[in-house]
Amino acid sequence: MRRFLLSLALILCATGLFAQVENAQVNGSFQVDGQYYQVDEAIGITQENIKGNKFGINGFGKINYSLGNFTAGIRYEAYLPPMSGFDTRLQGVGLANYYASYDNGTISVTLGDIYDQFGNGFIFRTYEEWSLGFDNSLRGMRVIYRPTAGVTLKAVYGKQRFYWASYAATESRGLVRGIDGEWDLNQSFKAMNDSKFRASVGGSFVSKYQKNTNSTYNIPENVGAFDGRVNLGYGRFAFTTEYAYKINDPSAFNNYTYHEGQALLSSLSYSQKGFGAILQVKRVDNMSFKSDYKGVKNDLDINFIPPINYTHTHSLPAIYTYATQPLGEMAMQLQVNYTIPKKTILGGKYGTKITLDFSQVNDIKRNYILEEGQEAPTHISGYDGTLGYTSPFFAVGDRKFFHDFNIEIERRLSKKWKLIAQYINLYYDMETIENHPGAEVVKANIGFVDLSYRITSKQSIRFELQHLWDNINKSNTDESATVGHEDVYKKRGNWAAALVEYSVGAKWFVSLGDKYNYGNPIADNRDHYYTASVGYIHESTRIVLTGGRQSEGMVCVGGVCRVVPASSGVSLSITTSF
Amino acid sequence: MKKTLVLLFLSVLFLGAKAQSDLPNVTLKNLDGETVNITELNNDGKPFVMTFWATWCGPCVKEHNALSEVYEDWQEETGVKIFAVTIDDSRSTPRIKPFVEGKGWEFDVLLDVNKDLARAMNVSNPPHTFLFDGNGKMVYQHTGYFEGAEEELYQEILKLNK
Repeated sequence: MRRFLLSLALILCATGLFAQVENAQVNGSFQVDGQYYQVDEAIGITQENIKGNKFGINGFGKINYSLGNFTAGIRYEAYLPPMSGFDTRLQGVGLANYYASYDNGTISVTLGDIYDQFGNGFIFRTYEEWSLGFDNSLRGMRVIYRPTAGVTLKAVYGKQRFYWASYAATESRGLVRGIDGEWDLNQSFKAMNDSKFRASVGGSFVSKYQKNTNSTYNIPENVGAFDGRVNLGYGRFAFTTEYAYKINDPSAFNNYTYHEGQALLSSLSYSQKGFGAILQVKRVDNMSFKSDYKGVKNDLDINFIPPINYTHTHSLPAIYTYATQPLGEMAMQLQVNYTIPKKTILGGKYGTKITLDFSQVNDIKRNYILEEGQEAPTHISGYDGTLGYTSPFFAVGDRKFFHDFNIEIERRLSKKWKLIAQYINLYYDMETIENHPGAEVVKANIGFVDLSYRITSKQSIRFELQHLWDNINKSNTDESATVGHEDVYKKRGNWAAALVEYSVGAKWFVSLGDKYNYGNPIADNRDHYYTASVGYIHESTRIVLTGGRQSEGMVCVGGVCRVVPASSGVSLSITTSF
Repeated sequence: MKKTLVLLFLSVLFLGAKAQSDLPNVTLKNLDGETVNITELNNDGKPFVMTFWATWCGPCVKEHNALSEVYEDWQEETGVKIFAVTIDDSRSTPRIKPFVEGKGWEFDVLLDVNKDLARAMNVSNPPHTFLFDGNGKMVYQHTGYFEGAEEELYQEILKLNK
């Protein structure tokens, strides 16, 4: 840490003082979210998890500095204490991130905290999601070399951020090293510059080193992972595919099984103006890759396995959001976007946009490796200390985790009115996705209408109505049947939601909303989540004051979308940049 | 020691430096997979707009649908160009092209998969819209979208064309 700061400061001094400082540029941003809580056990805010703290504050300030080919930056973070819903290990303040970088177009060298990814991130991706409290940046060094047009070579080396844990500690996590190469043929060969045929290939290797401190298992100290990818295009068609392989990597996450890991993602798309379609298929088998074999949940992920289902941002469908199952899944998605031309009978005066989307995720097929007389394992990865299972590559498992069929229509009705309507059919295996043993599958239908009206050129009003029909509802499930399983009924049953938002000159807005779980089988859970917000926006500054109760999830209010934790009380959010 | 270094660092940072105006040195890809250096973005001396959006962001999609309706008129009247930078991560990368084409958008789309440009331009929550003059100087920015907000952006573009 000190060594990095020192070198950073020295480089800065040297360039800053001896070069033409008047050409330097500084920019930065600042965000603070503060919350005043009330204990509200119905939505999971208990005396216990706020630990008697009436306030939670998350804030950051960052500054970027650039001078010619040289850039540097720092980010200071403060969690005093972290807001409810964020990991308590974030508690504290400090310089969470800093870097210095030189890039002359051919070669780029970065020292400090690095965010990068190889391909889709199957074997390496470091990123930061402030609103989720997620940051797995790599502190170390990155070199990028672009020897000729179309060729990019990369190398990274370092140790990942783990909340505020010291980077000097050797036990908590290992080292990560990786190399990646990408070659775009169209940019390399003059003859192909304007060709209808497009092609690029890439490949990478990532290895982690962590000392084995486990006395039960012989854990490999070096774990390597390989990745290869191809992108092809011809005219309106595009085909991309990526495959990754990881050697055996027993960890707390996969129940210390010695199974190898594999991932494959392929997509085929067609696009022309007004019409676009894509089909994607994916297979994931034991691809959790962490720089600590003891890590659980999202801790210290080195890689990222992209989910390929539709990302819903309206509050009711967002209640049941799918999360990738790194231990195994077979998934597919089909999406069609079509614009019915304007001034046609179906398209109307302004045209109509339609989106159709279907995705489904099943488990992979597993044949467990069992000894004589051994029963099927309780952990999905099989018995610890063994190879776990075998799995035929193209076979789809019987267990369905998720499906989502939805159709969305967007149409301007007149100069003043605009309508968006959506229908969604969801299948959600709560037992697997939320790790709630015994939970029944959610089969839900959701309808959604968003209507905006321009009152004048400066004022507008927007209405949002949503309804969710659940297969388990107060009408078919008696409260007595829920005794002992209260956990899995928290958000079950029908929901209704409404929102009104009024804005003036894209500067001021007021919104009022309510979400009501009126069909919950448990009478005490039939809760209202009412919120009122008022906000002011000027250029890049945004100040929003919200009161009421919020359940956790994605919230799109006041013209932007953010992930928010459950809260009850009053919150204030300030964002600005300069 | 550490504090002194930080102070030194900060004082050097601010010494004679001025606020953000130009385009950062970041390399992104376009929809055809070609690399584009952001410092080279321009519109032949005419103003250009840079928007940050994502497929999962409802207000962003609304904003771009609204911009798409007026883009032709705006181009005829002012010659303005729109660079639409998506911050979608790899879960959506292959979907961007059919999505953009299917919506009929005619903007120059850039993929900021690793959020390098978003970080360099301090974009926290999408949508975030920037207006640059013909020399690549940033003259106006705005976050969020409400029905009709594109009119305000147009007024700013008109100011540059005077």
